[in-house]
Amino acid sequence: MGSFDARGASIGSISDAVRARKIKAREVTEAFLERVEKVGPALGAYLLVTAASARKRADEIDQALAAGQEVGPLAGVPLALKDIFVTKGIETTCASKILRGFVPPFESTPSERLAAAGTVMLGKLNMDEFAMGSSNENSSRGLVRNPWSLAHVPGGSSGGSAAAVAASLCAGSLGTDTGGSIRQPASLCGIVGMKPTYGRVSRYGVVAFASSLDHPGPFGRTVDDVAALLEVIAGQDPRDATSVPAPVGRYRDAARAGREGLAGLRIGVPAEYFGAGMDPEIEAAVRAGIDELVQAGATIVPLSLPHTKYAIATYYLVCTAEAASNLARYDGVKYGYRAPDARSLEDLYTRTRGEGFGLEPKRRIMLGTYVLRSGYYDAYYGQALKARRKVADDFAAAFAKCDAIVTPTSPIPAFKFGEKTADPLQMYLADVMTVAANLAGVPALSQCCGFTKAGLPIGLQVMGPPLGEEMVFRVAGAYESRTKWHDRLPPDHTTAPLPGTAVAQALGGAA
Amino acid sequence: MSVATTEKVSGALAKYEVVIGLEVHAQLSTKSKIFSWSSAAFGAEPNASTDPICLGMPGTLPVLNQEAVQAAVRLGLAVGSHIRPRCRFARKHYFYPDLPKGFQISQFDEPICEGGTIRFRVRGEARAVRLVRIHMEEDAGKNVHATAGVSFVDYNRAGVPLCEIVSEPDVRSAEDAAEYVRALRTLVRYLGICDGNMEEGSMRCDANVSLRLRGETKYGTKTEMKNMNSFKNVRDAIEHEVRRQAALLDRGERVIQESRLWDAARGLSVAMRSKEQAHDYRYFPEPDLPPLALSEAYVAAAKASLPELPEDRYERYTGPSGLTPQDAGVLVAERDIADYFDATVKAGAAPKKAANWVINEVLARVDDARRLAEASLPVPAAALAELIGLVDAGTLSGKLGKDVFLRMWNERRRAGDIVAAEGLAQVSDSGSIEEACRKVVAAHPGELERYRAGEKKLLGFFVGAVMKETDGKANPKGANEILRRLLDQGA
Repeated sequence: MGSFDARGASIGSISDAVRARKIKAREVTEAFLERVEKVGPALGAYLLVTAASARKRADEIDQALAAGQEVGPLAGVPLALKDIFVTKGIETTCASKILRGFVPPFESTPSERLAAAGTVMLGKLNMDEFAMGSSNENSSRGLVRNPWSLAHVPGGSSGGSAAAVAASLCAGSLGTDTGGSIRQPASLCGIVGMKPTYGRVSRYGVVAFASSLDHPGPFGRTVDDVAALLEVIAGQDPRDATSVPAPVGRYRDAARAGREGLAGLRIGVPAEYFGAGMDPEIEAAVRAGIDELVQAGATIVPLSLPHTKYAIATYYLVCTAEAASNLARYDGVKYGYRAPDARSLEDLYTRTRGEGFGLEPKRRIMLGTYVLRSGYYDAYYGQALKARRKVADDFAAAFAKCDAIVTPTSPIPAFKFGEKTADPLQMYLADVMTVAANLAGVPALSQCCGFTKAGLPIGLQVMGPPLGEEMVFRVAGAYESRTKWHDRLPPDHTTAPLPGTAVAQALGGAA
Repeated sequence: MSVATTEKVSGALAKYEVVIGLEVHAQLSTKSKIFSWSSAAFGAEPNASTDPICLGMPGTLPVLNQEAVQAAVRLGLAVGSHIRPRCRFARKHYFYPDLPKGFQISQFDEPICEGGTIRFRVRGEARAVRLVRIHMEEDAGKNVHATAGVSFVDYNRAGVPLCEIVSEPDVRSAEDAAEYVRALRTLVRYLGICDGNMEEGSMRCDANVSLRLRGETKYGTKTEMKNMNSFKNVRDAIEHEVRRQAALLDRGERVIQESRLWDAARGLSVAMRSKEQAHDYRYFPEPDLPPLALSEAYVAAAKASLPELPEDRYERYTGPSGLTPQDAGVLVAERDIADYFDATVKAGAAPKKAANWVINEVLARVDDARRLAEASLPVPAAALAELIGLVDAGTLSGKLGKDVFLRMWNERRRAGDIVAAEGLAQVSDSGSIEEACRKVVAAHPGELERYRAGEKKLLGFFVGAVMKETDGKANPKGANEILRRLLDQGA
């Protein structure tokens, strides 16, 4: 007791120690809060730290343990939430000016389930505004920096969630993945992030960006950490009609089973994910990762996912249409920002939305409004739905031939601030490896499989068939047990970054 | 409506054919809202019946209320619609403060019910109006405009389930339109899925109206009439619109396709928005709700749960029961009345007599027939049947029967008890009647003389006197015969 080091501490080690009363939840919470205070400011990952309620919660857990009560499988584990998860009594903004001051009267299902499992909530994490972006440069609340290099982006849109876990500012976190927004930042920050099957985790209380593509999911330092979080947050929710009734799997057991090897498993490697434009260092690291899986006993099945080339275009038709619809409710009438001194209803709408939304939400609202215009539905949205079906069919055909698919998560490592903001299309291409899994709704995980010469992490993506999370964890567990990448920790940055690196007008990015 | 305007409409009707299609919104009387848990009941304090979902708060999701689905399916089955085995919800977008999400969850290309027919009668003549569809959607809230440019929004109504019933342009007059809406109200009340209260807005009607020269096969340009919150408004607004369009066409002008708001107080309509200003609703499938699948077994069970419908009852009453169309129409108009009538007949009363008693005595004492069930009538159907039986058997005269009914109503007592306690049973024993008659004749020698001199109408006087003598209990028919015999004896 007394010598707990939050840096690098895993969820499993914390919950085991707390449940065994080897360490107090309060002590763990204090250690993380201290890091948030010292290391946090340089990264900009937190929008809000709920220190007082976290301490209170930790004490309650300690008291319950002392009284011999059941406290949940993740007792005393300090976590934080992307600010897209609605939290009762705690401001929830999606990093947008238009939601400033919105204090929800209800709690999201995933965060409610985490609380019931005994976790301690440390606060709300930065993100691209309304989850629209791939670099976290689209936040109205400032940049998030990559813990491995302060000059580089952490990825997005769940940049805060990834950076906070990588820098041990929380033991694990939740994010959302609409086109890669969990996996891409996990990849860029060198940690594990998972987007489960669509409907596996309830979206109730998760602010909608693109309803049919939004997937809440966990971040952690290790495969086991992510599996532990998913076991808690997964499962049908009567408040989300699209949540699936399938029983929740034993994901930690599956990850552990991977350590015994992958004998008999077929790993699909799709040609389309190793094309031009890929950073050679990334390709080398991912190919080495695939070799590692072969060493573990898997056989490689070369594959084609021929409709991958339509995935980005399809994604941007579907997500902009749904975003324009979902963001229509922010009108200044009911909550959040309202432009002062409106002269008329029209004036209230145009000024509230004009002043409240940043550039990227505005761009997507305009695109989505165009896509759904009367007379254009069939040409755009209707076509996109057909293409989406083709992409899903590709995966169905592939999973008839293999048990899991392995690809890079991102074709490039973390890039520098401002590098891609001038050209939104360039930013949209950051999602080229990840969007297909959102269109098809299949589970996909990113884990670290190496570092560039410059010291930036590289991500390996493991995809499984619908509801095949256990298969994904088995493969990821196998890889992790044979490599040491996940043990590396980024340096602590206790000084504020140099001025002038901030990019004020962040423009691009997916989700 | 004045005579002058009636003539004007008839004039227009001679030249033009009126074409009307109706869109009726019926609020479903479910316990909770269509996608959330707050109460769907009317009349709470502003914004008391709300929750994060119906307020459209970020992160909320709709979950479909199965009670609302059941209601829509039963309505569809009652009008012979095809119930789609799979239907879908869609988002309909527009900005207005009373619309919390910036879109309404409705149905677009896959409504729950397709086709069907509303059957009703206009002054005894049968009408059949075909339906295009019935779809489900959520209601919006209500803007409340205070003084000096200040507005409030009450979201109690937001998320209350609606069925929109869309007719083909089969309606041919304002009167028919009003009767169509009335028939729909009767139907939804029979099904118990909507209270049909137009004043409170639980049933609302929009009418698409156009004219064309008689013999023309193409439809003319239509206008959409809104805000007609009573049957009278429906009729007045459409009649007004027919005159307005006829005048335009007569002057060689064109009708502009637009929405118009009926102002009942001023008896005129004002243009709201033209086709050019019309919203582009940008419909697309609601991604938060999976398609709704309804099994054959589900639909069959819903069908089995339907009550006897108004038109079927009407046929039964005018056919086997032998009622007049007028009486059948009155009884059928409200399910509770018809049920009461049926129960009276079932308890032994003859249909025609039961109909007379129900219409002339029971309904005459009910302020609002729509609240019959709530009022729990002081005279149950079985008690009414018992009274009718006493009158039929001659135990009570018709007049006494009505008096007894009044006491049953006011004192909640059974007819038999009143008759026994008050000794009201009619005296049919000829001995005691004859005794009374002799007494009366003996007491009025002057009248007797005049009668015998030919003033026969004095018979009534003697009958009255006998009734008085017997406290009204003498059987009038018996008294009549005996008196006639006594009076004519000495002539």
